[in-house]
Amino acid sequence: MSAITRDEVAHLARLSRLALTDDELDHYAAQLDDIIAAVARVAEVAADDIPPSSHALPLTNVYRPDEVRPGLTPQQALDQAPAVEEDRFRVPRILGEEA
Amino acid sequence: MSDLTRKTAAELGRLIASGEVSAVEVTRAHLDRIAEIEPKIDAFLHVAEESAIEQARAVDERRAAGEELGPLAGVPIAHKDIFTTVDMPTTAASKILQGWRPPYDATVTRRLREAGLVIVGKTNLDEFAMGSSTENSAYKPSRNPWDLSRVPGGSSGGSSAAVAAYATPLATGTDTGGSIRQPAAVTGIVGMKPTYGGSSRYGLIAFASSLDTPGPFARNVLDAALLHEAFSGHDPMDSTSIDAPVPPVVEAARQADVAGLRVGVIKEFGGEGYQPGVLRRFQEAVELLESLGAKTVEVSCPSFAYALPAYYLIAPSECSSNLARFDAMRYGLRVGDNGVRSAEEVMALTRAAGFGPEVKRRIMLGTYALSSGYYDAYYGSAQKVRTLIARDFEAAFHQVDVLVSPTSPTTAFKLGERTDDPMAMYLADLCTIPSNLAGNAAISVPCGLAEEDDLPVGLQILAPVLGDDRCYRVAAAVEKALEDRWGGPLLKEAPSL
Repeated sequence: MSAITRDEVAHLARLSRLALTDDELDHYAAQLDDIIAAVARVAEVAADDIPPSSHALPLTNVYRPDEVRPGLTPQQALDQAPAVEEDRFRVPRILGEEA
Repeated sequence: MSDLTRKTAAELGRLIASGEVSAVEVTRAHLDRIAEIEPKIDAFLHVAEESAIEQARAVDERRAAGEELGPLAGVPIAHKDIFTTVDMPTTAASKILQGWRPPYDATVTRRLREAGLVIVGKTNLDEFAMGSSTENSAYKPSRNPWDLSRVPGGSSGGSSAAVAAYATPLATGTDTGGSIRQPAAVTGIVGMKPTYGGSSRYGLIAFASSLDTPGPFARNVLDAALLHEAFSGHDPMDSTSIDAPVPPVVEAARQADVAGLRVGVIKEFGGEGYQPGVLRRFQEAVELLESLGAKTVEVSCPSFAYALPAYYLIAPSECSSNLARFDAMRYGLRVGDNGVRSAEEVMALTRAAGFGPEVKRRIMLGTYALSSGYYDAYYGSAQKVRTLIARDFEAAFHQVDVLVSPTSPTTAFKLGERTDDPMAMYLADLCTIPSNLAGNAAISVPCGLAEEDDLPVGLQILAPVLGDDRCYRVAAAVEKALEDRWGGPLLKEAPSL
């Protein structure tokens, strides 16, 4: 039995915002199936009493003094933008067309 | 003056400081070398001739004005193209960032500049540091100076190729699963993954934030330590940066002594999948350590067998989240914006066009591992394995001062040999991944040539968190003993290019 179906890969591609072709979906479905089958081994040793580690070292919240510091100018921030309008990032429409 | 490109970084720093040569002369010699060999090795994505000369001239002027400069001032360095640089393009070897000029310098970049290092260019890598060969670069593969039909390792393969080919004495890299140590091993040079949090991630384009670690490449252990010291240390701009002094790595590299040191040989690394010549050089290195007065003992780390599968869940999970920032809105590529398509459609078209196959695979794999219904079985289990690996290290370092293993199971493989088989490619990092998951320090140092193919083999030395100096101490002792035996560095065996 395969670990992942082609339909699931199509769904992952949508979630990941990747517009993939049919050929790519076939290709990735086979490869991801192999990879997932191999990595699923982690469940063999993941007993209930083992705490998960999200990080290698103990982490604590780090705060900095709340003081004004120089940041990017609007020009610097917009310098590499794909499209700019009136000192703002110009983006494609984000809402659906009204029916 | 004999060939400046054959000198060590420490020697160049001294020659420049004493005024025997200028930083400009040293930089010109290396730019000439780059022009000569770059057509063969393709180590660089960007060579900054004019900027390099300007940087070198600034060092000469500061020196002439009587300023006290560090030991590497005026020494040329190749910078992995995943660190932001305001004066050079920064691409992470991805089409999605083609031509991007970042608005700020990475902390590592800034510290290189402050130390007076001359950044001659940006080196090639696997796209977003995902890979073990540089073949995932969207621009070109780099080549191994020992055999141009083979890979220089990866992801920091442009850096390893540049240093091994005498293009620069030093280079930066980043190590997320072995991306400094494995390329160093397969090109016969030194590469170090510092303790996680010992070097700043600010301005390092993120792949897997809990694993990514900047580190140095050099042709010898002392040079690596000098570079390590130059760019490491606490950085308030990185919330996971360790607020502690940099371990005394330069002193340790000069000490080069292992008498009385307890060395653990990791039992789980060996056997099937390991090239016999790699194992033989490794075994000899263990015997060498004993002859130098170290006490060696076999140590078992049973969970290391699960490190690779855990890594290929954790790293893609973090990558799928980190790479969501490439949304075609504020910087980078934008494809298909025809005034009709929605932002979401433009995003999907841009990401499909801008990311290469390995990046797409990992984004989807990470999205899968994090999705509801699968989270516990995959990402959750992988996080538990991470705990087990840290426990194995902790138990091992109760018994011994350092651990050793081969750096990579094989020598450099042929270009194209593993590109169609992601799982085979992933095996290159089998021995290096545990230290990324646990955050401890590890170094690779040359330990000879495998007899099957006359290609370099690396010895990996692993030390506890913030025990970076132990890596350098042992590596320097091995280097000294082997160079005495060989009559010089291993690289003198490399074919001349």
